[in-house]
Amino acid sequence: MTASTNDFVIKFANVNGSGSASANELFAKAILRMGVPVSPRNIFPSNIQGLPTWYEVRVSAAGHLGRRGGVDLMVAMNPQTWDADVREIEAGGYLFFDSTKPLPQGMRGDIEIIGMPLSALCVKHYDDPRQRQLLKNVLYLGGLSMLLGIEPAVVEALLSEQYKGKPQLAQPNIDAFRLGRTWAQDNLKFPLKFGVVRADNVGDRIFIDGNSAAGLGCVYGGATVCAWYPITPSTSVAEAFEKYCHKFRIDADGKRKFAIVQAEDEIASIGMVVGAGWNGARAFTATSGPGVSLMTEFLGLAYFAEIPATIVNVQRGGPSTGMPTRTQQADILSCAWASHGDTQHVLLFPEDPHESFAFAADALDLADKLQTPVFLMLDLDIGMNQRLCAPLQWNAGRTLQRGKVLDTEALEGGVPFGRYRDVDGDGIAWRTYPGTHPVRGAYFTRGTTKDADARYSERGPDYLDNVHRLKRKFETAKGLVPQPIIERAHRPTSLGVLYFGSTSPSMHEAAQRLAVDGLALNLMRIRAYPFPDTVRDFVLAHDHVFLIEQNRDAQLRTLLVHSFDVDPARVTPILHYDGTPITARFIAGAIRERLGAIAIREVAA
Amino acid sequence: MTYIAKPKLHHPSLTRNRVGFTRRDYEGKISTLCAGCGHDSISASIVQACWELDVEPHRVAKLSGIGCSSKTPDYFLGQSHGFNTVHGRMPSVLTGAYLANRDLLYLGVSGDGDSASIGIGQFVHAMRRGVDMTYIVENNGVYGLTKGQFSATADQGSRSKKGAENTDSPVDLVSLALQLGASFVARSFSGDKAQLVPLIKAAMKHRGAAFIDVISPCVAFNNHGGSTKSYDYVREHNDAVNRLDIIEGRAAIEVIQPDEGVIDVEQHDGSVIRLRKLEADYDPRDRLRAMNFIAHHAAKGEVVTGLLFVDPESRDFHSHLTTVQMPLNQLETAALCPGAEVLEKLNASFR
Repeated sequence: MTASTNDFVIKFANVNGSGSASANELFAKAILRMGVPVSPRNIFPSNIQGLPTWYEVRVSAAGHLGRRGGVDLMVAMNPQTWDADVREIEAGGYLFFDSTKPLPQGMRGDIEIIGMPLSALCVKHYDDPRQRQLLKNVLYLGGLSMLLGIEPAVVEALLSEQYKGKPQLAQPNIDAFRLGRTWAQDNLKFPLKFGVVRADNVGDRIFIDGNSAAGLGCVYGGATVCAWYPITPSTSVAEAFEKYCHKFRIDADGKRKFAIVQAEDEIASIGMVVGAGWNGARAFTATSGPGVSLMTEFLGLAYFAEIPATIVNVQRGGPSTGMPTRTQQADILSCAWASHGDTQHVLLFPEDPHESFAFAADALDLADKLQTPVFLMLDLDIGMNQRLCAPLQWNAGRTLQRGKVLDTEALEGGVPFGRYRDVDGDGIAWRTYPGTHPVRGAYFTRGTTKDADARYSERGPDYLDNVHRLKRKFETAKGLVPQPIIERAHRPTSLGVLYFGSTSPSMHEAAQRLAVDGLALNLMRIRAYPFPDTVRDFVLAHDHVFLIEQNRDAQLRTLLVHSFDVDPARVTPILHYDGTPITARFIAGAIRERLGAIAIREVAA
Repeated sequence: MTYIAKPKLHHPSLTRNRVGFTRRDYEGKISTLCAGCGHDSISASIVQACWELDVEPHRVAKLSGIGCSSKTPDYFLGQSHGFNTVHGRMPSVLTGAYLANRDLLYLGVSGDGDSASIGIGQFVHAMRRGVDMTYIVENNGVYGLTKGQFSATADQGSRSKKGAENTDSPVDLVSLALQLGASFVARSFSGDKAQLVPLIKAAMKHRGAAFIDVISPCVAFNNHGGSTKSYDYVREHNDAVNRLDIIEGRAAIEVIQPDEGVIDVEQHDGSVIRLRKLEADYDPRDRLRAMNFIAHHAAKGEVVTGLLFVDPESRDFHSHLTTVQMPLNQLETAALCPGAEVLEKLNASFR
């Protein structure tokens, strides 16, 4: 066991629907309030009640927010998963269990066992069966706070905040917490080999999930139409958008400056987004891989008809009963090339909730500027887990960038209009909204059978003229999307790493570990597709480049090779795709293993 | 169809409407459909209806799906923005456009394959929501562009041009629309302009989902003996329940004493639909009786046409959503973005 003060992993094994989620979240937040970084992860089934669910909290003074792997303290509250949960504990670690019933025979000898009679205590102190169940979670919170040194005042403050305005609920919770503490103080051995000590390592960082941040980003980015269909793990994006719209977008008469439609399916969702975008409103949908599959015909039309649309894709496994509650980065190709014909779409890859917020607003601007669909590629790991990240940031004075739109005055002034003419040479044509001018600026929107003035045409030269302009537009996009971020190793090296999205915290931690072993890696975090040319330059500047992805088929690598015709042998994929978030242990191990087969050229300083 | 482009020059004697446009200003490109196609008659009725209604052409947005019928928006209202969307998905695109700007008039044109087969789901939900639009299905019971396959509205027992019998029971979009809560439901025949023009006008004045099923014979693939969507068959079996006139709000001052066979329905904008009853026991304000009446006559092989149902108290989707009066696409940064200071407070709440 490597655990130490302010550096350990605790995992809660619960049954879903038992009310454990809020107690567990409170546990994580209490440690944060003590100035110690944590990264919690929900590991849950596609079910509402009765199936196993886990909440894993990594406590890391160094601020490592990726999943570590291994468990130092297991809070085993679910008999169904008992055996597997006990096996997962690192040697020398602890098992915390409800000792109302005796331990089963044949326990591991290399772990320490802490029993607390939670059920018995609840039966003794509470009459109401519902209360017995809910307060059991708070009781173990009390016990753990004593064992780990979590300040009781912090927990009690959080309980009061949670039940603000409901003192009849706050007091029983605080009482149960104190009961748990007292019992632990009187009956258990502590401190443990690790615990929590107040520190100052959190700073001004915030704690929020990526879906909420993306929903708020859509409010800030000026989205007025949201059409969506419920699908895990993206549902909470639309819910967050609705929540913040109710807070910020209702005028004095109670009228709403937004429209949210829960559509009949994802086809209708994207259809509404396309219709709204065509008519000049900022619109988005939130979905996951199966939803994107349904949307593809529309995405092709939006690409060729050049209609702004923002799609938040919170990635998971697929299809249908396809690991909806597990994380992956496996929709890269299905989004980048969504639809039939020669289509290419803009993708943004946020690394955390901070960027989920920023990129959501950016996506709405980009969609208008480029007149095309833009995907915001979250995944379940970022989307549905609260993550410590930099505060959300907004520049005062920032305005919505509507792109090239001819208004009534411009048309009245005689600006010549041809919907698909490349007037400025950047591939982006000027457009008009319906209803702008009585006799100028109207055009008929369709797929590819058109000329530069939007007249019906099936002529080859007109088709070529159009699709070549779309290529130019995609080149223009390279300069408008978030640019990659390079972090150079402490010394010159011939090895590079490309990574993106939720891999970020684990990648940083892995690079630090490998640096300790003497291995220097230059890192580049890709933040968007189309890839700016600096991505090609980075690949060519290194002898070997590792590309870290959370999918089976190295999808981003396919895009990379396709984008720049780089020799595929230069780019070694490192792939993690079992549905759990990638870990630093995995990345560091995989890089070490691959390096065994590579002769590293030392680069002079 | 014709290959000779109409001259752009307007004859000076063409009558102008109250907003200064002649009928020619409501026309579009030359139709590329077959000569005698019912759809072209519907386009002509749309032109006539918009001219008579004094609608500024650019205040109409016309949307369609895919198919012969969905090509037609290019052939009328050339000064309106148009959108030839995805097969069967016009309703969702129109819904989105309507959400973006509630001030325009929305005209959706679709076919029986587009709305009753591939797009039946979107048809259903657009009706349920009460999107403020005029939704015209140009219904010929056949797939024209792909040369003569049955559509879902083809009657059981009807025969294709090649002689095959349709064994599936038909989808009746009118009955479906009534069941789904559409607040204006009509059926007409492309060959009956006197009935169709006032129906389109009334639909465009209506607030909420206005649906018109227009039987529109396909001269190429469904106008033979054995078809129940041919010109001859529909003329023989057409049973019109009423004839209507639209009286604009401003003209309602004129006192016309309604006689016994007349029903006046006042719409939200003050205009009046005056229905001259041709069927004594038909009241278009009663949804349940309308459904029953249609089913009863369908069983006898009769095609009931006219204004079948209208709810004068209808509300539309924007009123359900309580959206602001200003079109959403005109709201600017200050109205939409909470700003940097608010974000600082939000950040504090996430700690």
